[in-house]
Amino acid sequence: MLEDKDRIFQNLYNDFGADLASAKQRGDWKDTKEICGKGREWIINEIKTSELRGRGGAGFPTGLKWSFAPKEVGSRPHYLVINADESEPGTCKDRDILRFEPHKLIEGCLIASYAVNAHKCYIYIRGEYFNEGQKLQTAIDEAYKDGLLGKNSAGSDWELDIYIHYGAGAYICGEETALLESIEGKKGQPRLKPPFPALIGLYGCPTIINNVETISVVPTILRRGGKWFSSLGRPKNTGSKIYCISGNVNNPCNVEEEMGIPLKELIEKHAGGVIGGWDNLKAVIPGGSSMPLLPKETCETIKMDFDACVENKTGLGTAGIVVINKDQDIIKCMARIARFYKHESCGQCTPCREGSGWMWRMLERMAKGEATKDEVDMLLDVTKQIEGHTICAFGEGSSWPVQGLIRNFKDEIIERNKFDPIVKKQKDIPYLVDQHLLEKENA
Amino acid sequence: MAVKKISKVQPEKFEFSKKNKETADSIIKNYPSGKQQSAVMALLYLAQKQNDNWIPLSAMKYIAKYLDMPYIKVYEVATFYSMYNLTPVGKYFFQVCTTTPCMLRGAYNLVDVCKRKISEEENCLSEDGKTSWLEVECLGACVNAPMLQLNENYYEDLDPTKLEQIIDKISNDEVPQPGSYRGRLSSEPENTRKTLIGNKNA
Repeated sequence: MLEDKDRIFQNLYNDFGADLASAKQRGDWKDTKEICGKGREWIINEIKTSELRGRGGAGFPTGLKWSFAPKEVGSRPHYLVINADESEPGTCKDRDILRFEPHKLIEGCLIASYAVNAHKCYIYIRGEYFNEGQKLQTAIDEAYKDGLLGKNSAGSDWELDIYIHYGAGAYICGEETALLESIEGKKGQPRLKPPFPALIGLYGCPTIINNVETISVVPTILRRGGKWFSSLGRPKNTGSKIYCISGNVNNPCNVEEEMGIPLKELIEKHAGGVIGGWDNLKAVIPGGSSMPLLPKETCETIKMDFDACVENKTGLGTAGIVVINKDQDIIKCMARIARFYKHESCGQCTPCREGSGWMWRMLERMAKGEATKDEVDMLLDVTKQIEGHTICAFGEGSSWPVQGLIRNFKDEIIERNKFDPIVKKQKDIPYLVDQHLLEKENA
Repeated sequence: MAVKKISKVQPEKFEFSKKNKETADSIIKNYPSGKQQSAVMALLYLAQKQNDNWIPLSAMKYIAKYLDMPYIKVYEVATFYSMYNLTPVGKYFFQVCTTTPCMLRGAYNLVDVCKRKISEEENCLSEDGKTSWLEVECLGACVNAPMLQLNENYYEDLDPTKLEQIIDKISNDEVPQPGSYRGRLSSEPENTRKTLIGNKNA
């Protein structure tokens, strides 16, 4: 278990208050000038040494991302954009950083902006987090007043302005290019990549986009050294991470733990165990709703980091752990997730726009036992036709949970949906009757 | 995509109040010159707040002129994002999260309370005309489930009885205390905190 002194977010539960004075007492804004004084190369190399991977879901190495920004500023200015559009069901870590540790984020913005040559930074907060945004704005105002932002930010001779941009309730705006579209004042529909935002991003200028948690851990890494961060966890999966444990546990909570902590320890120790005991566990969604679920047997042993999750055919994603116990109807739970994706599809690519609705309607019927046996395979086929055929990763995000359900609970679905339409011809349920055969009979 | 209905009854004119004009101008300054279109989301939100929590078509036209952009682009944005209400909603607008993490902890019991105490249908005004409710997707407070948003505030760790009390207070025009309704601070595990214990009484 991670020791308390190694936890980066000391104020995760708001024991101290989020104001500048108490943030400074916790060590924020200490030697920011000296850190910037060591130069861009040093900052990026130190982040590379730390092997920090992005905390927004995809797990892309942060140091590498920063090194994609052009070294010299050409005719176009550079931008830093922070993604605080946290909408993945099961995830609520960024919210706590925004309201309780805003100065870690702001200091991280300064260092990252310096490293990628940006003078302007936009923080895109989801519209529902209005109060959290206000708290961040208060912190930004404090920082300006204290000379930590503005013309000569924190004495580093670097000019930086931070602006907050509120979203308005679109999950898809968490996708980086949709987020840029949204800041430009358009519908949040993802762009084709390439060109990647690092070269052509916001207003057609080089833009680096990072998650709130990624940026907030940067100052601590630079202060304590990349080696310290990489000593936690295991190679390529280093450091600590805020895990959100929700669903059927006795004490749902957010907790910062070392990467690679066993899932069972997280649930049993921090979240007070599964409701009804460990044996009552049905399945766990390990990384926010778009990651395939894990059956109980895997939950016994799996370690929570990027690579271990991939080995078990799922993903760490945002580390939003949703625990589902045996009192719940697993098909219904997944049908509700499918409804979420149907609601949030931006409508740009046909496979996703139409397919997400198909998946939802089929799962709803399967939950009621009104589907046929063959339709289980048909549903799997539908997911395969969405996955990989869309502009952004939403296609994968919406089809993976359904695939996970079929992979692990196919027997249960078939048990409930035994109908064979051609034999029984259940005429009271019209869509179960093969219309083509009916016509033949009447002919 | 969510289905958006435009209200049939539309006011003819809309204009920002003096204070909102100042706010709008300062928001536009956040973006590079010539990129004033970026402010459209913030301005729509301002218009919604000024106009009793919904956006009439005249406001979209006004904003289009204000930002020197085509009306259809404003219309696109207003219909794309789910937080813009294009029909009147209650002065107190309940948005109940029912996505899976909340559903697992009984969000549909809260929906039942809303149906019973506010209105049978979503997006319909209650009898006293002050409240309405809506089922929404994940609001990002999953460890504090089940929860709902009332105007700008989050009400967390609810159960049907506590929601009934909240609705009763609202109908007397009292705004109840936002936050957790099981007395916990933020997202800490209740009673069984294993981390940052030294900070607890600091």
